[in-house]
Amino acid sequence: MTPLLEVSRLRVEFATRRGPLVAVDDISFTIAPGEVLGVVGESGAGKSLTGAAIIGLLEPPGRIAGGEIRLAGRRIDNLPPEEMRRIRGREIGAIFQDPLTSLNPLYTVGRQLVETIRVHSSLGGREAREHALQLLKEVGIPAAEQRIDQYPHQFSGGMRQRVVIALALAANPRLIIADEPTTALDVSIQAQIIALLKRLCREHGTSVMLVTHDMGVIAETADRVAVMYAGRIVEIGPVWEVVHAPQHPYTVGLMGSIPILGETRERLVQIEGAMPRLTAIPPGCPFNPRCPHVFDRCRSERPELVPAGASRAACWLHLGAERPVHA
Amino acid sequence: MIAFVIRRLVQSVFVMLAVAFVAFALFNYVGDPINNIVGQDTSLEDRERLRQELGLNDPFPVQFARFVGNAVRGEFGMSYQHARPVSHVILERLPATLELSFVAAALALLIGVPMGIYTGLHRHSALSQVFLTVSLIGVSLPTFLIGILLILIFAVLLGWLPSFGRGTTIAFGWWTTGLLTKEGIRALILPAVTLCLFQMTLIMRLVRAEMLEVLRTDYIKFARARGLPDRIVNFGHALKNTLVPVITITGLQLGSVIAFAVVTETVFSWPGVGLMFIQAVTAVDIPVMAAYLVLVAFFFVVINLVVDLLYYIVDPRLRIERAGAAHVG
Ligand SMILES: Nc1ncnc2c1ncn2[C@@H]1O[C@H](COP(=O)(O)OP(=O)(O)O)[C@@H](O)[C@H]1O
Ligand SMILES: [Mg+2]
Repeated sequence: MTPLLEVSRLRVEFATRRGPLVAVDDISFTIAPGEVLGVVGESGAGKSLTGAAIIGLLEPPGRIAGGEIRLAGRRIDNLPPEEMRRIRGREIGAIFQDPLTSLNPLYTVGRQLVETIRVHSSLGGREAREHALQLLKEVGIPAAEQRIDQYPHQFSGGMRQRVVIALALAANPRLIIADEPTTALDVSIQAQIIALLKRLCREHGTSVMLVTHDMGVIAETADRVAVMYAGRIVEIGPVWEVVHAPQHPYTVGLMGSIPILGETRERLVQIEGAMPRLTAIPPGCPFNPRCPHVFDRCRSERPELVPAGASRAACWLHLGAERPVHA
Repeated sequence: MIAFVIRRLVQSVFVMLAVAFVAFALFNYVGDPINNIVGQDTSLEDRERLRQELGLNDPFPVQFARFVGNAVRGEFGMSYQHARPVSHVILERLPATLELSFVAAALALLIGVPMGIYTGLHRHSALSQVFLTVSLIGVSLPTFLIGILLILIFAVLLGWLPSFGRGTTIAFGWWTTGLLTKEGIRALILPAVTLCLFQMTLIMRLVRAEMLEVLRTDYIKFARARGLPDRIVNFGHALKNTLVPVITITGLQLGSVIAFAVVTETVFSWPGVGLMFIQAVTAVDIPVMAAYLVLVAFFFVVINLVVDLLYYIVDPRLRIERAGAAHVG
């Protein structure tokens, strides 16, 4: 199947006085129609920047310094701003880190829905409102007829997140980028929201790039997983394999504490040491200072993604020899 | 909402009472009011009789109550200087000040807000840098200096505009306006520009700072991610969110525009209440001074009230009472 989203050799840099900082370094991945790609990795790994690059909302001084992004075969990383604007919302929707602050406090949720719908369609005011109402019902807002004329502060966190999902889906995009959509919510509500997102995207055939810290959510929701470290993808593969047979030593460390599904949802367990700062990424494999299996080559040469088990991993352990690295 | 308005009204009444008290104290204890009214040769008995007639021997609270009662009806006694009721003198002068203040405030808003939006949206453009540099001058030069400079350039050197007075005015009942004649408008330009310059730069810097702040928020990012055009994001979503602080400051500034018109009116010999106040101070015309104090306080209070009501209109978080905020998980 031709991929819906195709990111190849994407590089995101920040121009600084001391030269460019490379925050996303040469990453490639695809998302198929209807597929959910989970993206995990420590804070600062470059997950959000990758998402922002895809929807064309990198904030200066950040910029795409190399590579290509294609949506359904069409190159979108170098479009004029106005054309990229038409793609946002209509082709690619986004849900950001903090749903609580994603809604404009001065407008009713209905108004925000209607304006989004009308920007992307030729519906009149009345039809757009009908559609908005229907969306609110679809995301499970009770008494939607009354709620539509209320302001964001009159909704609880979970309800606001449902509204955000309705907004992201308003123009029925083909891809949703959900950047830690539940991090800011109560644990008890997180599962509901993820379930809602999963159901709606399945019904609409929407692909999802789901960024999260929560391995439990990944295991339940994603079809494939990409593991990011210091701006690179260190492992990518089918969810079951990555979770149960991790191939990269970093992923092995991450999976050290897979939560029992539905029960404790722990944050990623800390691996000894910390991810390097962008200014101090070591040569070779960026994980080498923390890696229990490190050898000479890791310190001098950068590994590319190579087949490893059912996944692909960027690790010299997997070059040629099919040596498993279960810890 | 109603409760809020009532609370604010009660507060306003207390503020006005406090100001009235100061004005009253001024009236009674700066010099002897009798001395100010009668001549040197009035006998002691006559003075005492006048004192009794004017109620100056009444207990303090009674006198204050009478002062407030009169003030409410706009009665502040006779001006020593003009030998006419203070209320007449003020009514005659008020249109000049209000016209000048409102034109200056309108100019400050109409120019300051767009400049603030522009410099907020185009932070690095050359024009923004020019605006910001010029605004620094506007903020740092004292008003009287700006006035004198403008007179020097446009009245003395170029001879384009008059440097004093109101030009020709047209009367509508007690109200006089200079806005309907060419001379009136020409006379208004320099004082209005002088008075508005500081406010304009202040408003511009405020709008800019607020715009920068709001443009960083998540809901603006999300609005862009929904594919809304820049026009809607910048002017619909961002600008509206900058309004609350802008309304506050602008409102308070309008109050100070009226109060500080004193300086501008003096520089341009503008026949308003500010100039009247300065003349009253020189002549120790206590009733006029007291009335001016109360009048300016009254403007401040009214403007504050309007500002608070505007908040309610702009921000739904204030408008909707807590009980309505149902929190359903
Ligand atoms: N404006 C900026 N200037 C310099 N570095 C930045 C800037 N914004 C983000 N970064 C860096 O980019 C890296 C990736 O950030 P991000 O994509 O937000 O990480 P994640 O979402 O995985 O937690 C981080 O190391 C962060 O410090
Ligand atoms: Mg992030």
